[in-house]
Amino acid sequence: MYSAIVFLPLLGFFLAGIIALRGSYSAAMVGAPADGVDTHHDHAAHGHDHDHHGHGDHGHDDHGHDHHHAAAPGSRPAELITTGLLLVSAVLSWIAFLTIGSPEGEAVRIKVLPWVTSGTLSFDWALRVDTLTAMMLVVVTSVSSLVHLYSIGYMSHDEHRPRFFAYLSLFTFAMLMLVTSDNLFQMFFGWEGVGLASYLLIGFWFKRPAANAAAMKAFVVNRVGDFGFALGIFAIFVMFGSVEFDTIFANTGSVAGQTIHFLSWDFDALTAICILLFIGAMGKSAQFLLHTWLPDAMEGPTPVSALIHAATMVTAGVFMVARMSPLFDLAPTALTVVTFFGATTAFFAATVGLVQNDIKRVIAYSTCSQLGYMFVALGVGAYGAGVFHLFTHAFFKALLFLGAGSVIHAVSGQQDMRHMGGLRKKIPLTYWTMIIGTLALTGFPLTAGYYSKDAIIESAFVGHNAFSGYAFVLTVAAALMTSFYSWRLIFMTFHGKPRASAEVMSHVHESPPVMTVPLLVLSVGALFAGMVFANQFIGEGYAEFWKGSLFTNPDNHILHEMHSVPSLVKYSPFVAMVLGLAIAYWFYIRSPETPKRLAAEQPVLYRFLLNKWYFDEIYDFLFVRPVRALGRFLWKKGDGMVIDGLGPDGISARVVDVTNRVIRLQSGYVYHYAFAMLIGVAALVTWMMFAG
Amino acid sequence: MTDWPILSTVTFLPTVGALLLLLIRGDDAAARRNVYWISLWTTIVTFLVSILIWVDFDNSSAGFQFVERSEWLGGKISYSMGVDGISMLFVILTTFLMPACIVASKYSVKFRFKEYMIAFLVLETLMIGVFCAMDLFLFYVFFEAGLIPMFLIIGVWGGQRRVYAAFKFFLYTLLGSVLMLLAIMAMYWQAGTTDIPTLLDHQFPASMQTWLWLAFFASFAVKMPMWPVHTWLPDAHVEAPTAGSVILAGVLLKMGGYGFLRFSLPMFPIASADFAPMIYTLSVIAIIYTSLVALVQTDMKKLIAYSSVAHMGYVTMGIFTMNAQGVEGAIFQMLSHGIVSGALFLCVGVIYDRMHTREIAAYGGLVNRMPFYATAFLVFTMANVGLPGTSGFVGEFMVLIGVFRANTWVAAFATSGVILSASYGLWLYRKVIMGALDKANLKSMFDLSRREIAILVPLVVLTIFFGVYPTPVFNVTGQAVDKLITNYQAALSAAGKLALAAQ
Repeated sequence: MYSAIVFLPLLGFFLAGIIALRGSYSAAMVGAPADGVDTHHDHAAHGHDHDHHGHGDHGHDDHGHDHHHAAAPGSRPAELITTGLLLVSAVLSWIAFLTIGSPEGEAVRIKVLPWVTSGTLSFDWALRVDTLTAMMLVVVTSVSSLVHLYSIGYMSHDEHRPRFFAYLSLFTFAMLMLVTSDNLFQMFFGWEGVGLASYLLIGFWFKRPAANAAAMKAFVVNRVGDFGFALGIFAIFVMFGSVEFDTIFANTGSVAGQTIHFLSWDFDALTAICILLFIGAMGKSAQFLLHTWLPDAMEGPTPVSALIHAATMVTAGVFMVARMSPLFDLAPTALTVVTFFGATTAFFAATVGLVQNDIKRVIAYSTCSQLGYMFVALGVGAYGAGVFHLFTHAFFKALLFLGAGSVIHAVSGQQDMRHMGGLRKKIPLTYWTMIIGTLALTGFPLTAGYYSKDAIIESAFVGHNAFSGYAFVLTVAAALMTSFYSWRLIFMTFHGKPRASAEVMSHVHESPPVMTVPLLVLSVGALFAGMVFANQFIGEGYAEFWKGSLFTNPDNHILHEMHSVPSLVKYSPFVAMVLGLAIAYWFYIRSPETPKRLAAEQPVLYRFLLNKWYFDEIYDFLFVRPVRALGRFLWKKGDGMVIDGLGPDGISARVVDVTNRVIRLQSGYVYHYAFAMLIGVAALVTWMMFAG
Repeated sequence: MTDWPILSTVTFLPTVGALLLLLIRGDDAAARRNVYWISLWTTIVTFLVSILIWVDFDNSSAGFQFVERSEWLGGKISYSMGVDGISMLFVILTTFLMPACIVASKYSVKFRFKEYMIAFLVLETLMIGVFCAMDLFLFYVFFEAGLIPMFLIIGVWGGQRRVYAAFKFFLYTLLGSVLMLLAIMAMYWQAGTTDIPTLLDHQFPASMQTWLWLAFFASFAVKMPMWPVHTWLPDAHVEAPTAGSVILAGVLLKMGGYGFLRFSLPMFPIASADFAPMIYTLSVIAIIYTSLVALVQTDMKKLIAYSSVAHMGYVTMGIFTMNAQGVEGAIFQMLSHGIVSGALFLCVGVIYDRMHTREIAAYGGLVNRMPFYATAFLVFTMANVGLPGTSGFVGEFMVLIGVFRANTWVAAFATSGVILSASYGLWLYRKVIMGALDKANLKSMFDLSRREIAILVPLVVLTIFFGVYPTPVFNVTGQAVDKLITNYQAALSAAGKLALAAQ
């Protein structure tokens, strides 16, 4: 059953991939000669009709509504195959989750194939399913199957649907390999595999330069994180002699307190390892300093943003830290670092989210911020709370993204909220599901976010490390901003007077059921996921639910302590939420000129936030340009002038002169060498025979 | 075990094919077709026969197998052939790449087709001979003679600056191998034999090891190529015809790494230990320096050539870590790079045949017209970048683990290569494949023909297969590498130099 969960999406990927490739290949080869290298240029007239109207022409237009392309052959089978397999996988995942998460459940390990054996290093392809994994299986397959379903509607006008669904299934497979890994290398496989799928999906509309740039940026920035992750894996192998989780976790006691010689210094081994691993998590989960790729990733189709850049892939970093919690819990310094970056990200991303006008970017920054929350919880040792937020967040953030997609679908591809407004009556279902998502995100009592987010804020308050106070203050501040920007999104999109053109408004329509059903299902999750599972994830049922898959030190009592916080702390997130809502209401319903005035009064601050703290510009200045300049310098000066100039060119230039003259006399100059060599060899051999 | 001389058969079958080609007269289409099919069948049969070597190979033995020995040149030098776990797979790699080279040249070589094929077939014999030779002198003959056909291939069928490139290639390599020849003579005086198995057990005096090591290093470093003697490679690649590039990157570069493993480490262990820091330094410089240079290239082949130099940096540093992961990783990296870089050059060849330019700027948006090509190119780019699940990952990460155990500074610098390789690899992919197809002359391009699919698909399959299931390779190399490391450490501890080369 577990193999089926993981490999059905792979099967879907293969089938859809073959359909996509066959379809586009036969379309591209119309009129090709049988073995056609030499004759190509005679066929210059064979232009292809669909070359000219791509998505490339209409800028930010996410969803070319009026452009009906000829769909690729096999679109419908590809959709049905991938979606069907994913639904099966999702059902099986829920069964697995309920089995393993029940008090009698046990973790399982299934070996699939040996991978590498070399000296003492040995690891397999294997599926290891414990409660943490089962929880992730549910998140990944549920959201993925709903996104598949939703995409049937959302992408219905796209000409490359088989390819799209193949990529989605590929992504799901890689993500499942990541969460079921039983060793660090397989995790790294999934880690980079989702990176590849993300690269392909961000760049799905490959005709847009912005999409291609964003895809590449996502991959390269993630590679910066992977640099740390890889070094962390190597360090673990050196310290533990293994990369398999069971062996590692069994030996944490003996490694704790040891030092590792890394670079020129001796570090506490676990601290160094955990910080290196966390650098990897920062890349994948778009934490402060390595976050720049996530907003740009919104160039991909909206279902992709929902699946990859909200619910699943970006939480891989959180999952990894939770998975490695036996190590992190013994490395308090590393946890402090995690807390610091988590809190900073939560705050930073929320500030940027305040002023963005692109509906998807607002949600993207919100995701970034919420991931910061999760890391805060992990950093103070409340692993259950962090993972719980991952779980609930997957539902309501996917819901918000898919809702945003439904809005974009309705207004003919417009993504700028300044050109929306007044859509409430036109698309009521989308409106109400997005309200549910917003309530959950802002932590309205009894919704999913309420349970998980408040748990994080409380745990930050009672946390013991140096940055937990810092984290508490920033997360409460971020809660206020979260509420503000979320309601701002709702008010700007659905309330007030329509700001779109009359023509667009006349086209506005509710999405088809294939898109609204996933919204409704996710709404159920956003409302009830917290209530139903709070006891298991962070309450009384903790121990028998997790069964050690989240490590908790015997002296780690944070989950108990957070139930006894002062009531002021308990109510702080609620107060922050109400305040944010009130300000948003004031700014965007009651007095819409206030935000404009504020922006005009504080131009520096406004532009600072609007330009995302100028991170892209700074990185461009600090890294991108110097690296290219250095490359050019090394090429022209290093290779060209120094090495060649002093080395071969001086000699060879003269040789070439000579041979050129020889060529003029006779063309057999190469045989000269062969002949000379033969004579040399013969002389040597003769000499050896006589000398010996 | 087979009792017929399988290694000699595989080695000289291509020569037989070359002799057959000599019989063909004329230069018309029919003659051309005959030349093509004879060459293709020769290489295919050679490949199939060579597969038997792998089938019959005994994984549990660390020594030489399929040994053939016969007296030659008055008994001092014998013709002896044999393969062990280190060399065997390079033979297979060579025979595997050759049919692809022949097929890739079907249309792109416009003149002197017969001579071109003869050069390739002779080259194949010489390359296989290098990996099979069990006599130092025989090795040298194969190693050096291989220069000639390659020199001709670049110099006759190359691009516009072919003479410059050919001579640069030639001078560099020749300079290194002259020193190696001197070292070989010195070894013969000292040990009284040129038989490799005997030499492997022979202990050279420590002071002599240093000089011998340096002399071999001169030759192998150029072949690899290591920084700073790498500048011949980009020029040679750019000028060579497609198939020449494939062989150059796929097989000829591996001779340097093979030489280090066959001679430098086991025969001069003390000098190897002394010089390891220098190798690390040069390798790290190679990885970072050439990756940076690759970032700013405007010529596709040059970009891939520079990336080859960077990847060979991993190989050299892995070899000198002298632990199981490092050495096995280095061997795997060489095999994987043979497939992947060969495939990348074939990919460049595919569009070069259509557009007759290698300028990156001349392309863009190819995915619109060439979806199959774009897919294959993506697989190879990702393998070049070291994505897990492709063969590139296994070698690269094994080497890095080995290096991390040996020296963390080196490992940290080398690991930064994963960022740089992603940068240049994806940059190339973005500029050539992605984007809108708005260059007029690209609009009439067609996707891969059946012939091109037949070349590229096996490479795609192998790239992924060995990324997912590299065990067959490790089974072959495991024992031989184990023996190599054990002997190395024994030699060091005998010399009182074994400090903490812990397993």
